[in-house]
Amino acid sequence: MLSVLRTIWMVLLHSFRKRDTVLYPEVKPYLPPRYRGRIVLTRDPDGAERCVACNLCSVACPVDCISVIKGEDETGRWYPDTFQINFSRCIYCGFCEEACPTYAIQLTPDFEMGEFDRQKMVYEKSDLTISGVGKRPGYNYYRVAGMAVGGKDKGEAVSESEPVDIKTLLP
Amino acid sequence: MAKITIDGRQYDVDETDNVLKVALSKGFDLPYFCWHPELHSVGACRQCAVKQYKNGDDTQGQIAMACMTPASDGSLFSISDNEAAEMRAQVVEWLMINHPHDCAVCEEGGECHLQDMTLMTGHTRRRYIGPKRTHRNQNLGPFISHEMNRCIACYRCVRYYRDYADGNDLRALGSHMNVYFGRDTDGPFENEFSGNLVEVCPTGVFTDKTLGAHYIRKWDLQNAPSICTHCSLGCNTSPGSRRGELRRIQNRYHGEINHYFLCDRGRFGAGFTTRDDRPRQPLSRSANNVLEPVAKDDAIAAVRQAIASGRAIGIGSPRASIEDNYALRHLLGAEHFVNGLSAAESRASHAVRDLLADNANHIATLREVESCDAVFVIGEDVTQTAPRLALSLRQSAKTKHFELARAANIPKWHARAVHEAGQHHYNPIFEATPAATRLQDITAESTHGDAQTIAQLAFAVASRLDSQAPAPSNVDDELLKRAEIIAETLRNATKPLIVVGTGLGDSDVVTAAGNVMKALTTANDAAQIFPTLLEANSLGMSLFDAPSIDHALTQVESGDVDTLVVNQNDIFERAPTHRVDAVLKNLKNLVVLDHSLTETTARADHVLPAGSFAEADGTLINNEGRAQRFFQVFISEGPIQETWRWCADLARALGRPVRWNGMDDLITAIVDELPQFAGIQDAAPSQSFRKAGMRFPRGTHRQAARTALYAEIDVRERRPEVDADSALSFSMEGYHGSELPSELLAYAYAPGWESNQQAITRFQDEVGGHLKMGDPGVRIMTSKDNGGYTKLPQTNSDGGGWRVAPRYHIFDSESQSARAPAIAERVNGRQITVNRASADKLGVADGDSLSITIDGDALSLPVAIDDSLGDQVIGIPIGSQGVSGVHAASQVEA
Amino acid sequence: MMIGVSDSTFFSALWQGAETIIILLAVVIASALLIWLERRLLGLWQDRYGPNRVGPFGLLQVVADMIKIFFKEDWIPPFADKAVFIIAPAVIMLTTLLTFAVVPFTETIDVVNLNIGLLFVLAMSSLGVYAVILGGWSSDNKYAMLGGLRTAAQMISYEVFMGLALLGVVMLAGSFNLHTIVESQAGLWNVLTQFPSFVIFLIAGCAEIHRAPFDLPEAEQELTAGFHTEYSGMKFGMFFVGEYAGIVLISSLITVLFFGGWLGPVLPGIVWFLIKTMFFIIFFVLLRAATFRPRYDQLMSFGWKVLLPIALANIALTAAAVVATS
Repeated sequence: MLSVLRTIWMVLLHSFRKRDTVLYPEVKPYLPPRYRGRIVLTRDPDGAERCVACNLCSVACPVDCISVIKGEDETGRWYPDTFQINFSRCIYCGFCEEACPTYAIQLTPDFEMGEFDRQKMVYEKSDLTISGVGKRPGYNYYRVAGMAVGGKDKGEAVSESEPVDIKTLLP
Repeated sequence: MAKITIDGRQYDVDETDNVLKVALSKGFDLPYFCWHPELHSVGACRQCAVKQYKNGDDTQGQIAMACMTPASDGSLFSISDNEAAEMRAQVVEWLMINHPHDCAVCEEGGECHLQDMTLMTGHTRRRYIGPKRTHRNQNLGPFISHEMNRCIACYRCVRYYRDYADGNDLRALGSHMNVYFGRDTDGPFENEFSGNLVEVCPTGVFTDKTLGAHYIRKWDLQNAPSICTHCSLGCNTSPGSRRGELRRIQNRYHGEINHYFLCDRGRFGAGFTTRDDRPRQPLSRSANNVLEPVAKDDAIAAVRQAIASGRAIGIGSPRASIEDNYALRHLLGAEHFVNGLSAAESRASHAVRDLLADNANHIATLREVESCDAVFVIGEDVTQTAPRLALSLRQSAKTKHFELARAANIPKWHARAVHEAGQHHYNPIFEATPAATRLQDITAESTHGDAQTIAQLAFAVASRLDSQAPAPSNVDDELLKRAEIIAETLRNATKPLIVVGTGLGDSDVVTAAGNVMKALTTANDAAQIFPTLLEANSLGMSLFDAPSIDHALTQVESGDVDTLVVNQNDIFERAPTHRVDAVLKNLKNLVVLDHSLTETTARADHVLPAGSFAEADGTLINNEGRAQRFFQVFISEGPIQETWRWCADLARALGRPVRWNGMDDLITAIVDELPQFAGIQDAAPSQSFRKAGMRFPRGTHRQAARTALYAEIDVRERRPEVDADSALSFSMEGYHGSELPSELLAYAYAPGWESNQQAITRFQDEVGGHLKMGDPGVRIMTSKDNGGYTKLPQTNSDGGGWRVAPRYHIFDSESQSARAPAIAERVNGRQITVNRASADKLGVADGDSLSITIDGDALSLPVAIDDSLGDQVIGIPIGSQGVSGVHAASQVEA
Repeated sequence: MMIGVSDSTFFSALWQGAETIIILLAVVIASALLIWLERRLLGLWQDRYGPNRVGPFGLLQVVADMIKIFFKEDWIPPFADKAVFIIAPAVIMLTTLLTFAVVPFTETIDVVNLNIGLLFVLAMSSLGVYAVILGGWSSDNKYAMLGGLRTAAQMISYEVFMGLALLGVVMLAGSFNLHTIVESQAGLWNVLTQFPSFVIFLIAGCAEIHRAPFDLPEAEQELTAGFHTEYSGMKFGMFFVGEYAGIVLISSLITVLFFGGWLGPVLPGIVWFLIKTMFFIIFFVLLRAATFRPRYDQLMSFGWKVLLPIALANIALTAAAVVATS
């Protein structure tokens, strides 16, 4: 019984405590870099699109709100012909970022994307692509992948040997 | 039967099988690479390691390769054993050492056997950091992409391509680390079955280039069980689509027809459905003589007007389903319907129908062809007209290897040893064709001549087999000698097979085959017949008992008919051009229902966009009289619909009663009215069929992007379409187990097994056997013995004139697939062929241009010398680069 | 029972009518504002702000909430007993507001000076049970039904202790008239002479209006929303406002019965009355912020095994004291 009274007293003392609430939007909260907000598509250190349209983000998405259609340039490099995110369905779970083998898709600390018209929540590739590397500096998928693309021939990727000369008889 | 123990449980197995096959059949997840149910074991990849124990007391055991170990009675194995599992993980790690880090940009990703196996063994993290070997790729033509870096050197490709499909331009080059699988030079594979490499290769070395052009991952494809429409064999396919567009054709296992393999025409020929010039809106000819899009209702009103005001006749099509043709026949009346075959093809197809009815109990399946030990191919160049049959005939020749291996006590699955035992011994295949064919590398004896000669040879064989059979007179001795050899071989065979086709457009050839069959079956009940026809539903059309297209043309010429309603047919392919031209000029109205811009479509007054096989449901009857259902793959945007729906709309507009709304009613109506089709209702479960209350999904269980796919058009998700015609659903929802009717199996997937050829294992009664819920389709031919031998036909003995040999081409002669861009790329430089003597007579040399008149139409093409042709025989290329509708009796003037 | 009008002239009747309406409105508006007050106070004690966006200090939140609740779909479940379902929320408002008729805000400000005022209070609070039990039953929903049953048991039990607790006060004042009771405290507030009584009344009052910690009838963790699970729109609003009117009522009764009502130095009576009442209102909010909800059996045994003996002892002692001093 006394503990109840003590509790009541202690709660009453909270009248003089500082309030924890951050008065958004007057005060902007601090969001850590790994906060899961608006999704962006980053570029590799050479300035080219990182996304290779592998569709893994699309299939990892639990609400199926990412649609990617593959394109291929004349050098054989894959890129997303269209990359569409329906943010009106997105739950910002970050699975797409986890699934992305090229670090192209990243979530950013920005959540202020409300709209009155739901159609405006559909973001196209041009809305998503940023000009930087985001949280992953230095990584370029095509530099480690074995496929030959423009500017990187067979054998020029990281830890690759020269293409085999199949005409040679030497062991 | 043997009893073996795997992981402590006893199983009844076939002792002639190996442990890998047995384990997979019993549902174990045992990783493997180089083994394939059709290619058998070589023990190269070391992936299927298991523990084998000497007896119950043996706790140590030893590692054994499951694929190289016989499932002998009383043997004990463990798959889950730690040491075995560790070995399997190590093997995958070795295989993965040089594998490039490129799954994300690999077309195989998502249906990759290598991905499955790395996951199954638990090798999910690369430890190797040293340099990887790399390879340069080759350009392998329009069908197949090459990415050699991904190769794990399992040798499946060369074993399939060289040992199974008998190709010789794919080789293993180099040695040890440098092994390279490719051609001597860039260029397309010569073999007609190269497309199967896409599925045979366990990783992404060979991938489907036509899919790559509008790529989509396997899990996103919306599939449906379908039937290939590019020849009469009725191979089962699984077309995949996305966003209302057909993306690719994959093999759909059928235990009695195509099993694991398709031909390239079937696999890459569906591109005609995605052509830009394809009519997608109803069109009407405007005042300034151009076809212009009109609204659906206006189009129906216009066509209604055309039919009601004129005297119309309907032209059916052997490319279209029974349902489409029946609906057209129903719209215009049975007496105003022709079967859409040219006169000669119609006669030959009817002859085949009678041949099948006579031999209803002796009709081979494509699978059975592979086990026949003597084959007589009469008149047909099967590689070009029924390609998948050629692959089966090659296996029948190689059945000899298994025979010899059995004698040497070699198990049938020991591929290398069987190959060595067989060497170059083949079961005899006799061919009687106008000219040398692609099968000549395995034929025992080829006879070349015109249709008449071929028929005479067959009649002679029949008379040698049974003296009751009528013998042809005035045949030269050479031919009789050959007939003697063939008859002798067939008589001594345990399971002889007669293959006959309508490619020559000569019914005598077919009746001659009938005589051979009769003579054979009186002595040997195991004798089989396997006829081929030219198009997917040619046999179905012959069952309609309708006159040929000739009848329709005559009616127009006589003025009895002024309106033609053409269903998915190109009249120009069925009769001489000058005649069709004249007929079309005299017409008041030409109504065309088609999915392609054919010459006829271009000349039409009204065009209604009909659904191709991908946008329609229907039943096709293949060459063995098997009715098989194909299902709509996707619902196309716009007013494209099945011909039978258009016909129903038109009939309603004309105020005629229509008894059907959906597929089920329609089939009931067909069977009620035309009893010869009884049985087609059993070709697939009805629309209302459910498993545990569920439909059967067209989509995979992990179809992605559902809320974003059409978001740029409207952010609100579309409601999934409801299929009124079948028990399939247009979504991922429904029954996902393996106990579904085989007819409704849209794609193969089993947990842990994403790749088509491997996942199908879980749907088979045993690996490589039949589908466990029964192979799709029903045979509808009823036995009808017409009694004695067919009498000899009247031979016209004018030896003077030129005779025609229709020369087919796998990629050019079937007009639908020929419209597919990838296929069209493979056709060039088709020529008129003559032998040297004829060339001299004509005064032309190899490569010269030759102008001829054929059935009144002029044709001018370069000449090629082909000495396998007979004298006075001109080989005419059938197809876009030659002519169509030519048959053995065509009149040709040089 | 006669409800006598003290003066029969026309103007005094008019004044009486106006006074009634003013008191009614004041009570309802105060109850509505309580929603805001409670949320702000809870915020304060939980180191938050509470509603502070609409109007100054978020005061207009009440208006916003009202607009919202008026425009909400007023849905009656098809399986409900429609007539009873509609009547139930009206009953709780009616009984609570009727009770205010006898509450003397000051010597002069009241609706009616009833000689059996306290009995009327008890009678009305007994009727209040019907609102909850009818609402719960007519919803034809298991949660609502259980909520209703709990309420019935809880309210009937605690009414006993409430009545018994008040007997001491009645004995001291020698009257059921609330005016008389207030005036009897001129020298000494009842809270000092009748402390056990006050505690019991506080607890029982809390249970009567099923406020935390005695909000078992609507314990959301186990009964979703208890007896008003199926209610929506303004019907739900009436239950809601009814509860806050109950807080005002119990607070003002405590003021009247134990804290000398309007009595106090310097300031006018009504101010004293409002200050005292507001104190208890805030105390009730504090209770909600600080206490846990007991289990149902704990609630009942606490009532019958603790409160009842104390109440009876208090009566005996008071009686003895009264006899001794008279």
